[in-house]
Amino acid sequence: MTVLLPRREREALELLASHSGNAVPIAGGTDLLVQWPERLEEHGKTYLDLSALTALKPLRWTADELILGGLTTYWDVIQEPRVREEFPLLVDAARQVGAIQIQARGTWAGNIVNASPAADGVPVLMAYDAIVVLESLGAREEVPLDRFYLGYKEMRRRSDQLVVAIRIPRRRYAYSVFEKVGSRRAQAIAKLGLAVTQSEAGWRVVAASLAPTVRRCPAIEGLLEERAPVRGPDDLLPAIDRDVSPIDDIRSTAHYRRSVMARLLYDDLRGRCGWP
Amino acid sequence: MKTLTLSFTLNGVPTSVAIDPAERLLDTLRYSLGLTGTKEGCGEGECGACTVYLDGLPVNSCLVPTYQVRGRSVETVEALDPRALTPFEGAGATQCGACTPGVVMTAMWVSAHRELLGTHTIRELMAGNLCRCTGYDGIADSIRAVLGERA
Repeated sequence: MTVLLPRREREALELLASHSGNAVPIAGGTDLLVQWPERLEEHGKTYLDLSALTALKPLRWTADELILGGLTTYWDVIQEPRVREEFPLLVDAARQVGAIQIQARGTWAGNIVNASPAADGVPVLMAYDAIVVLESLGAREEVPLDRFYLGYKEMRRRSDQLVVAIRIPRRRYAYSVFEKVGSRRAQAIAKLGLAVTQSEAGWRVVAASLAPTVRRCPAIEGLLEERAPVRGPDDLLPAIDRDVSPIDDIRSTAHYRRSVMARLLYDDLRGRCGWP
Repeated sequence: MKTLTLSFTLNGVPTSVAIDPAERLLDTLRYSLGLTGTKEGCGEGECGACTVYLDGLPVNSCLVPTYQVRGRSVETVEALDPRALTPFEGAGATQCGACTPGVVMTAMWVSAHRELLGTHTIRELMAGNLCRCTGYDGIADSIRAVLGERA
């Protein structure tokens, strides 16, 4: 195994470019180090350590955005009272990622590029219309998170690009909720996740663990925009079936995920939407 | 193969060590530096037995590549005052002992950051340390005792 230890962002980008796609950036390591000793094939790999790029760690506020750095951790967000006020779902989700030992190390950018369909951070970022900022030597690209994933573990990040920031527009939210259903309350990987927001930009409904990627649910969003009549959870199933494609796997079943998605949506939104 | 030499502060003492780039902090502490108080439980960031402080925050040392601690501060259970254990022994918070070093590390961090209890419960803060013997009541009671609260 080889590790590259850049001290500055520019040096990191040069190394990424010169290793033509074969260097894996590593930040908090909470995904990459799981089962590390068993993965003998890891020993041929090259890692690009980001931990010295401290300029990427702080989160920042501008007049119209919250900007998370490429190395901003869950704990950094939990510790910032203004995030709780303006983007409460970020804190709700962060507090459900493992516990302090993981929250202190895991980064939001890492959650995005790990590209797990069961991610906890990605659904809330997507429900807030986050934009992924990708930097490569001499070029910057911005991709809305809801268009970032192309398929299971496939994304619009080239191997010479680094996620250096996540931009989140500041808006007034009339409604927001994050739900994570796991086998237990702490230290669980989601059987399904759901993030819903409503602002002047409209409804956002984001599902996790229900499709090959975390994804928005345009059929459900449309039904909410039209104020379509909904008499019970079952009325949501046709839209759910258009939006997601749950599977049976080690953590749950397609049937359970689909039914629970309908019931969570119905129970969470009935007050807001005036459903019976 | 040890191909990297790095320096960091270990329990307050400047330390240099030669490492294999594939090494986890847990292994460096136990096998190169002889600090065997930090235990390996699951080895995948779930159980918290290997908890150490990195720049003052609890982390799972099984998920930290050692090269990432260069220039930083690491504290292990060996740095704690042995008297810190007393409340745990008295409250039924220890049994087989496998989780204890990690539990005590997180518990001492919680007790040193009392302000966290304004937003978090003791149980949420301790959720990253699994104990298969005692249940968690004794552990939570011990922390309350350390904080000088009613158990």
